[in-house]
Amino acid sequence: MKIMINNKSYTVPDSFKEKRLTEYLRDELDLTGAKNACEMNACGACAVLLNNEVIKICHVLVKDAEGKKITTIEGMAKPDGTLHPLQQAFVDAGAIQCGFCTPGMVLTAHALLLKNSKPTREQIRKALQGNLCRCTGYQQIIDAVEMASEHYRKN
Amino acid sequence: MNSKAWRNDAYAKVTGKTKYTDDVKFPFMLHAVPVYSDFVHAKIINIDISEAEKSEGVVKVITAKDVPGVNRWGQIIKDFRIFAEDKIYYNGDVVAVVVAETKELALKASALIKVNAEVLPPVLDPEEAIKPDSLIIHESHGTNIINHHKVRKGNVEEGFKTSDVIIEKVFQTQFVEHAYMEPESAVCNPRADGVIEIYAGMQHPFSTRRFTSALLGVPLAEIEVLGVSVGGGFGGKDDTIAIVCSRTALAAKLTGRPVKMSYTREWSIRESYKRHPYKVFYKMGLSKDGIIKAVDTKIIADGGAYCSVTPWVTWRSTVQCCGPYVVENVNCNTYGVYTNNIVTGAMRGFGSPQMNFVIESMVEIAAEKLGIPSIEFRRKNMVRQGSTTITGQKLDNHKVAMEEVLDVMLKESDYFEKFKKCKSNISEDEVYGIGLAMSYRGMSLGAEGSDFCAAIINVQADGSILLETGIHENGQGSESAMCLILARELGVNLERIRYKRPSTSNIPDSGTTVASRGTVMGGGATVNAVKELKKKIFEFASSKFNCTPEEIEIKKDKVFSKNKSLSFEEVIKEMYDERIYPFAFGVFKAPKVTWDEETGQGIAYFSFTYGCQIVELTVSKKTGKVKLLKAFAAHDAGKVANESMTLGQFYGGMAMGTGYALHEELKIKEGKIRSLNFNSYRIPRATDMPEMKAVLVQNPDPNSPSGAKGIGEPTNELMAPAIANAIYNATGERFYKLPMKINVKKVIEVLQ
Repeated sequence: MKIMINNKSYTVPDSFKEKRLTEYLRDELDLTGAKNACEMNACGACAVLLNNEVIKICHVLVKDAEGKKITTIEGMAKPDGTLHPLQQAFVDAGAIQCGFCTPGMVLTAHALLLKNSKPTREQIRKALQGNLCRCTGYQQIIDAVEMASEHYRKN
Repeated sequence: MNSKAWRNDAYAKVTGKTKYTDDVKFPFMLHAVPVYSDFVHAKIINIDISEAEKSEGVVKVITAKDVPGVNRWGQIIKDFRIFAEDKIYYNGDVVAVVVAETKELALKASALIKVNAEVLPPVLDPEEAIKPDSLIIHESHGTNIINHHKVRKGNVEEGFKTSDVIIEKVFQTQFVEHAYMEPESAVCNPRADGVIEIYAGMQHPFSTRRFTSALLGVPLAEIEVLGVSVGGGFGGKDDTIAIVCSRTALAAKLTGRPVKMSYTREWSIRESYKRHPYKVFYKMGLSKDGIIKAVDTKIIADGGAYCSVTPWVTWRSTVQCCGPYVVENVNCNTYGVYTNNIVTGAMRGFGSPQMNFVIESMVEIAAEKLGIPSIEFRRKNMVRQGSTTITGQKLDNHKVAMEEVLDVMLKESDYFEKFKKCKSNISEDEVYGIGLAMSYRGMSLGAEGSDFCAAIINVQADGSILLETGIHENGQGSESAMCLILARELGVNLERIRYKRPSTSNIPDSGTTVASRGTVMGGGATVNAVKELKKKIFEFASSKFNCTPEEIEIKKDKVFSKNKSLSFEEVIKEMYDERIYPFAFGVFKAPKVTWDEETGQGIAYFSFTYGCQIVELTVSKKTGKVKLLKAFAAHDAGKVANESMTLGQFYGGMAMGTGYALHEELKIKEGKIRSLNFNSYRIPRATDMPEMKAVLVQNPDPNSPSGAKGIGEPTNELMAPAIANAIYNATGERFYKLPMKINVKKVIEVLQ
């Protein structure tokens, strides 16, 4: 079975097909940006993009992602390390504290902005309501998404 | 936003490269899991591990019998059973740890462990536990009362006698979960030299080292706790993670292999300590003209099964039991009480969110009863420059900014105009309210404990700088704050500074990163280390420049006198050439505090910070739903080191306070926690929070070398009373219990 992650094709070992996608990413590929925090679809710390749709993968089996295009936080920056404008906005807006929710937040916001490049702050809040953050009170995260939206409008 | 934010770890975090403990791997690493029993209070007869030991992949099953050192430990009272031995004291007690080749196999084996025990009646109500005839939970302690703190000031009887109005109310608050996004996780690596390395996200590496050295029966120097990125703490990554680390370290010692123990959310919520539920009996005497004449209060805090830091938490409640108000006659009795409930301990605010809910509600009740506007009432009673607190401390060593932050908030929110709109309909079924609360907060640990911190500045031969302090990064940005303070004080570019993650084998014990003390204490130590370093550089440069050290300055990476200058690199290189280390060790010892346990009098804290918050909201008459429209906060942050991160503390504190006010409550049935994950324990979401306006009031604190005040907790302790007062102003319903659940029928009745 083959799987496409961050524009790279991987052959999944049989032993991982029936396992959760988080385990495959974290244990096999060392892509640890997707976190285990609730393991029951309730917090968004494991969110990645599957064909540009946000999905919490703590309960997604590897085999169910076959043939799909997965984007993890590790695939957001350019290969030379330059941050994606949305990531840069998170940095500049002070949207990062402990950072545990950050990968899921960035990816969820990315999915929103791909669909709606001029969201209101209320729409941003709605889009992020499945991603829990205990540090920031969300204010600077929403600032960041708003700041980055301009980039999506231009492109 | 005025300027771009800066954090030293932002790039790593936003790219997902940051490694938290559960992301750390070692070759040939084993996996450990905790095993619980179904009991709440029971006498252990035996723990049968025989089947588990035979299970596939199991390397070791550890119980209390395997402990080579001391199994009972704690920061104040040594009552934590690291492994259950004599009794089950609460439902989160760990009876065994299974160590296996994989986590899956460890889990499989853990199901085979049987605990035989004789059930004892659980003591779950602290008011019952405090009675002399109650079953005693910790027999060696002799009573269920963990601690009794007092304040005895003036003559309360006389105070009430001369009062025109007396108000008596009872308030109650709930168990609250920290809900750090990263559950506990520890990785321990037994090194060839016999030292055990501990990697884990925590707030108190030095306490973790003490727990571990005790359990293993080895000296402190044989345990090295290394800094790892922490996925949130909020006071919650102290005792429990220390215990998890000590068990994991024992597993590593007994197996001779690296061991990881990563908690699930369910284990984390089941075992880790919470915010104390309080029951507060509050009696206030007032004169007709609006002066608080006397306060008599009894505070009962459910300490749960083990002491943890209950005496310290409840001490702060005691010191601050009258809020930021001058009261001549005070009688306060605070009890921390053992029960068989979940352990309670440190959580952001540390005994103040409960008391502020009480006091700031009482103040408004009193003002209304006297027919005095509540702001005017506050102005009549609040602490001012030179005021004496209820513990007899004169507030004269820093700027008392109580009225300043109040005025800033009233203006910023347009409070008085908006107050007129209270109770009016904002839509067909929503009524409007605005509410305010204010507080002062003693800075750092106060008389709770020994308060000092170290910093090491190690300038390398090429001019790059390593900074290490005894303060731990929990996510709040403490490393960044220290780097910014160093750059500012030394006069060099930020780019040349790297923060060295502290190791307990390098930096001296600097205490725990709690009590909003990180920037104050770590920043203070950094400033003092810069002074030492400058002394060395100035002395050296003055010999080169043929002038006195007093004539040397460092600015923008240049070392110069009146007419000569060299780059920072050049000076450093020459110092190395002449065998002088540009190395400095700085210490900040908190100014002296005093406390008399019997009278509750003394200089409780070396300084105070002042805060005020305002909330605008609507209440639905149909559903009772409370919707926050806007929240405002002003706090005296002293001299701010990192503006965007300071604002982050405001917003985050306000969100946590919102959860405390409106929906967070651990559901417990007969001593067993029912809300074990985020589906049933609801923390605020992006859609629960309003837009927030934060105002940084900056009066540099003369008692803090960097000028900074602590701000992490003050921002969290005012939301519940501000929301309670806003709900009252919207609906006329006064809450005495948290979280506040609106009774729709009652609201409609009151409004009609």
